[in-house]
Amino acid sequence: MVAIGYTMVYGVLRLINFAHSEIFMIGGFTGFFVLKYSIGSSTPTGFSSILFIILGILAGGIAGGFSAVVLERVAYRPLRKRGAPKIAYLISAIGASYFLINIAAKEFGRIGQSMVQPYIDHPIATIFGAPIQMYTVIILIVASLMFFGLDRIVSVTKLGRGIRAVAQDSETASLMGVNIDKTIAVTFLLGGFLGGVAGFLYALNFGVLYSMGFTPALKAFTAAVLGGIGNLRGAVLGGLILGVVESLSVSFVNPAYIDVVAFAILILVLMFRPTGILGERLGRDA
Amino acid sequence: MKFVGVLFILSELTAVITGPPGNPTHQFDGFKGSISQATSLLGLVTAPRWIVFFVYGILVSLIVYLLRTKKEVVSKALELQRSASSNKNLRRIFFSAVVILVVLLPTLVKDAFWQNAMVSQIAVFVLLALGLNVVTGFAGLLDLGFVAFYAVGAYATAWCTGALPLPALFGLHLNTFYAIPIAIALAMISGIILGIPTLRLRGDYLAIVTLGFGEIITVFANNLNGVTGGAMGTAQVPHFAIHLGPLNYDWGIPPVPYYYLTIVFVGIFMIAFSLLEHSRVGRAWTAIREDEVAAESVGINPLKYKVLAFAIGAASAGFAGVMTAAQTNYVTPATFTLGLSINVLVLVIFGGMGSIIGVVFGAVAIQTVTMYLIHNPPAGYQPQDLYMYIGALLVIMMIFRPAGMIPSRRRSRTHASSVSGQE
Repeated sequence: MVAIGYTMVYGVLRLINFAHSEIFMIGGFTGFFVLKYSIGSSTPTGFSSILFIILGILAGGIAGGFSAVVLERVAYRPLRKRGAPKIAYLISAIGASYFLINIAAKEFGRIGQSMVQPYIDHPIATIFGAPIQMYTVIILIVASLMFFGLDRIVSVTKLGRGIRAVAQDSETASLMGVNIDKTIAVTFLLGGFLGGVAGFLYALNFGVLYSMGFTPALKAFTAAVLGGIGNLRGAVLGGLILGVVESLSVSFVNPAYIDVVAFAILILVLMFRPTGILGERLGRDA
Repeated sequence: MKFVGVLFILSELTAVITGPPGNPTHQFDGFKGSISQATSLLGLVTAPRWIVFFVYGILVSLIVYLLRTKKEVVSKALELQRSASSNKNLRRIFFSAVVILVVLLPTLVKDAFWQNAMVSQIAVFVLLALGLNVVTGFAGLLDLGFVAFYAVGAYATAWCTGALPLPALFGLHLNTFYAIPIAIALAMISGIILGIPTLRLRGDYLAIVTLGFGEIITVFANNLNGVTGGAMGTAQVPHFAIHLGPLNYDWGIPPVPYYYLTIVFVGIFMIAFSLLEHSRVGRAWTAIREDEVAAESVGINPLKYKVLAFAIGAASAGFAGVMTAAQTNYVTPATFTLGLSINVLVLVIFGGMGSIIGVVFGAVAIQTVTMYLIHNPPAGYQPQDLYMYIGALLVIMMIFRPAGMIPSRRRSRTHASSVSGQE
């Protein structure tokens, strides 16, 4: 999911959004607060728990999308107007990311908290002897809905055409009457929405913490690169492969080094196949 | 109207940023306190914080507005500054005054905290910033794992002096001085090893990969108990000592001798880097930074020069590692965090990418403010809040003054010529 968000923004701006991890974090926290104050102390069951999950997803997604747009206004647009070099975008994004992490740490405390459970967590089925948690089912459903929705938006609608046009050649696109600022803002909105939803889903299982975005974001980036950056389907494929490789490597590698595995994959892919598995564009060109 | 809105948001944001910290169980207390707590407004009246900060915002924008309308005053001041900086004599006088000040500083600053901070937080960060300046400023490569080279330098020192669980290098417990060339060499080698595969990549990929490398180094330092001593850190690293014929001197706990030693090396690195900047290599870096394809077409091998920049930048970071290891007497993985890499990046950006004087100025200025905040924290300030300000500073610098406080001359020349269309 996060990988799709990255790919989305990257595809249009040809730029890695370093602050994506913070959008993830904001989505997680918003979902957390909404559930905390709407559910109260009892654990809901049945239909109402589905409602609460949908509420959390929407809250996380809207907060993520909104903050992504604000981020684009503050940290990216002034630079784009000036025609700043790429390194300036990166630095500005890193600065924004650091600012957001630490203000969250300051306001929300530096200890992680677990989410209020909107459903009773128990295995609902077993496949090949492995218990399937409610959580897994929710993630699967939401992720596939999002993926298909996004795929449709990008490939069918007028907006999607605009996004792809800006991605290919923003100057020509603007000559053809595409509003670049608006298109980029919408891209950030979509990417941010996905990031926020992903943040909420992650928080459902792992709780919220100010720095919760960092590791998932790096892994998502690896997944996006693995699948071929700028390619939506590739991002999904890369995410699946990375997940499988990581869970398999748990049995071979010391758990302390589990994060190193993702990096090793990232570096190897960048060295030997920078286009990723499904990618068609070169990662190396200037 | 829109302006007032932006002003309002900005000043309220400042109120929240500087306000009291939140509470993990009542997450909105921080916001509430920041907005509604009563504070005194310029010592005259007491009002809730949100009003106070809005008034401050209006005052600041009024001052900016007045300065803008009185353009001739500002431009005259700028003119004066420009003529002063182009006047060779004046520059020489100013420069020697700074050198004398730097030499006399330990006699002026008596406070133990500040004497220590001058070495471990200011001088060492000047070294780190100088190194990162070669990578980011000269060659235009964004390295977010710069801390890795610093760690390599520190651990190499511990290795040479026998403070690691590993058998000491050459089987002896070497004097810490011998560790300098070894640590620098190891840091440079690790720069080359990291550089060759990663420097083929474009800027943003490079940033992420170096970020990953920095994290990997920390993970390894924390977990390889048999090699690095793990999270506990290393055993005692000895201080520097000279025993050369009649010369006998031991560096010890007092920071002042370390101060002079570091200053000497800062001077050496500054001179070496400025010579490099104006050499063939430095020009090649500039060419790569400005347009890699064009540089390649005139016969510059970008990979070679980028790796060289990595190695040379790593050398200065490696040396900073030696100084830290020797002065604090031990090395722990907790020193080498991503935050430190970003911190060094801010020093470079604030001072001016590619400008040696600017970077040194930026490092001294920011580290002094940081140390002041740690030494005399204002109400509600937590040490971790520093990174919040650092992040905000990065964005602000990029938007309003991307060339830094003291821009590099070569860079400003290119800017000037591109503005007047003489490229």
